Amino acid sequence: MEPVIPIIILALPLTMFLVLGLLGHKMAHRTAGILGTLSMGVTMVLAYITTLTYFFSGSSEFINEEGVRLQSVIFNWDWLAFTDSLVIRLGFLLDPISALLLVVITTISFMVHLYSNGYMRDHHGVWETGFQRFYAFLSLFSFSMLGLVVATNIFQMYIFWELVGASSYLLIGFYYTKPSAVSASKKAFIVTRFADLGFLIGILVLSFYTGTFDFTNFTSTGVEGMANVYQVDLTTAEGIRNWIASSPAPVFMGGSVLTWALVLIFMGGMGKSAMMPLHIWLPDAMEGPTPVSALIHAATMVVAGVFLVARLFPLYLMEEVALNIITVVGALTAFYAAMVACVQVDIKRVLAFSTISQIAFMMVSLGVARPEFHHGLGYMAAMFHLFTHAMFKALLFLCAGALIHAIGSNDYTDMHGLRKHMPVTHVTFLIGCLAIAGIIPFAGFFSKDEILTAVFGQSIFWYIWMSAVAGLTAFYMFRLYYLIFWWKEHKTPEGHHAPHDQLWTMTLPLVILAVVSCVAGFVPFGNLVTWNGHPMFESVNFFTNLGALDWSVAAISLAVAILAIILATVMYKKENPLPAKMRSALPRLWDWCYHRFYWDELYMFITHKIIFGCISRPIAWFDRHVIDGSMDGMAWVTQRISFAIRGLQSGNIQLYVWIYLVGVILLGAITAVCLL
Amino acid sequence: MELTILWYLIPSLLMFCCGVYGFITRKNMIAMLISLELMLNAVDINFVVFNRFLFPGELEGMFFTLFAIALAAAETALAIAIIINVFRVSEKIDVDDVTKMKF
Repeated sequence: MEPVIPIIILALPLTMFLVLGLLGHKMAHRTAGILGTLSMGVTMVLAYITTLTYFFSGSSEFINEEGVRLQSVIFNWDWLAFTDSLVIRLGFLLDPISALLLVVITTISFMVHLYSNGYMRDHHGVWETGFQRFYAFLSLFSFSMLGLVVATNIFQMYIFWELVGASSYLLIGFYYTKPSAVSASKKAFIVTRFADLGFLIGILVLSFYTGTFDFTNFTSTGVEGMANVYQVDLTTAEGIRNWIASSPAPVFMGGSVLTWALVLIFMGGMGKSAMMPLHIWLPDAMEGPTPVSALIHAATMVVAGVFLVARLFPLYLMEEVALNIITVVGALTAFYAAMVACVQVDIKRVLAFSTISQIAFMMVSLGVARPEFHHGLGYMAAMFHLFTHAMFKALLFLCAGALIHAIGSNDYTDMHGLRKHMPVTHVTFLIGCLAIAGIIPFAGFFSKDEILTAVFGQSIFWYIWMSAVAGLTAFYMFRLYYLIFWWKEHKTPEGHHAPHDQLWTMTLPLVILAVVSCVAGFVPFGNLVTWNGHPMFESVNFFTNLGALDWSVAAISLAVAILAIILATVMYKKENPLPAKMRSALPRLWDWCYHRFYWDELYMFITHKIIFGCISRPIAWFDRHVIDGSMDGMAWVTQRISFAIRGLQSGNIQLYVWIYLVGVILLGAITAVCLL
Repeated sequence: MELTILWYLIPSLLMFCCGVYGFITRKNMIAMLISLELMLNAVDINFVVFNRFLFPGELEGMFFTLFAIALAAAETALAIAIIINVFRVSEKIDVDDVTKMKF
């Protein structure tokens, strides 16, 4: 494939960031919005062309005779050449998951660009302050995220990884006059940076022992007779493990170098994907504008951790320990986040915890994936869920944005009974809820079912656990749905217009994403995205996914979801005292869930009481009293001495001569005495 | 009575001491300048005398003295110019009073 289109895909958002960032304040708001949206639209079309070419052109650089999908390095520039072996490259790697992510990122990003034209202005058409800056940051984010997924080597990935972190920071803190937004952006930045420290150490350990940064060297072998084309291959990862083991690599606390490197790299993924215990930044990140939450904190950036694990998956397969850690972390996070989501009042917080829970689903799915079981079904399921989740969660967030825009508040207590006032939002939100709850035939049903099947194949315990989480998911989403759209009649406060559906720029993305959420489940992912590129099905048609279902698993998860929805309907459809009774029956549990199991308080305790109190304060005391004290003491002594002797330098030349004379006489006398 | 080297050196020494004494004690800058000249001349005398007595037939000391006299004249002219300028600014030529540029 010619590198022209891939280069434009990366260059266009970057150019738009520079144009809007540097010249935006000279443009009209409308121009900036249209410019940003159009350029993202062009990027989206180009990304579609690239992806379709990759999957369906049948070119020998993308697929071999047996139908195995290959990794193709479109271009790879030497960026920083330190030595012959230490070269940092920037390139474009096209393989199933990067092609998939290209589609996801550009689609959601385009929807959000379009949507923000309506969202970032109030009901009187007055534009938000910093509107152009907002679009510039959106472009920066899109550029960074695209660069991340097409990275050819782990260092390029790290660079763009930090760039998405930075643009996330900028966008969370978009309303920088609000103290809560500022502290939320700082929190997100610091927590993810702490996680990225682990990531960096992991990269350095891995690269030190393997002598390479390139993903293709970690996981794939070159295809004979083709330049820059690789095939994913377990023997490569096996070779790397043997190579590390044969060189005298130290064993640290019972773990081999590879285990530690992979666990540390996963730590970076935990931070970005908000896995426990590094999840605390994501709920607070909801302080950003809602389109940002949809783009960054639901659909794209937060799945970077999943993508990272998927990218290095053959290496992870070499270390069962690392995969088991991923499974356990994911499962615990999924359950925790689902519990918390059941009692939150702020609708964006509910969606944020739901996002954490769903990403944890993907992590679990990767953690249980083994090549022996259905060609690594878990890997495919994770990528499938990443795709469908991006669509329906972006839809839910954009619906929430429409609601917030109409009502002017984030809490469902101010909403209630909106179904007649906002019919489009109502229907699209319902579709999103059905999709995430896993009701056939919406997108979430298929992907979640694949995940549960994969978990079932590995461990019954985690299967029951994750099914329970899936039930909780359906429950809290429908609780939210009923509390927003039903419960009781909407009461418009005095002096406000009745809420209504928003401008077409805001409703159109909702409708498009709702349609995608309806049909995305039928995409035959098994033939597009698998861990080693081998197709799962002989031939595919529209109903392949339906035919491939494991109905015993599907029926159970469907039953669980429907039960949970019925429960939510009973409790929340009409105003009734049942929820309040539940709450008073389990006050302790309710409190713990409402306060997110006191994780933030725990962090505050650790940082303020232990780190600041026991470590920082003694160090500060030492610095202020011992180090500063010794320096100050030297200055003090010098000053006192100079005060004492400064009278000697009077500028009185006659005194100088007098002293000189006395000195000469004394010197002469001493010399004379000595000589005699 | 033969005129030995001491007959020359003792007045020269006296002259030099007078110069030093005057330089240290007088406050008037003109007087200090005169004292300075006294010291210089005492040294000049020494040069000539040593040349005459130690290296008869050589002329280095004599020429050195000639140069020193020329330099002293130039230096005096410069010093007097400075003193006059100081006087114009501060109306005083006492060395203790010239403190304007000190602090």
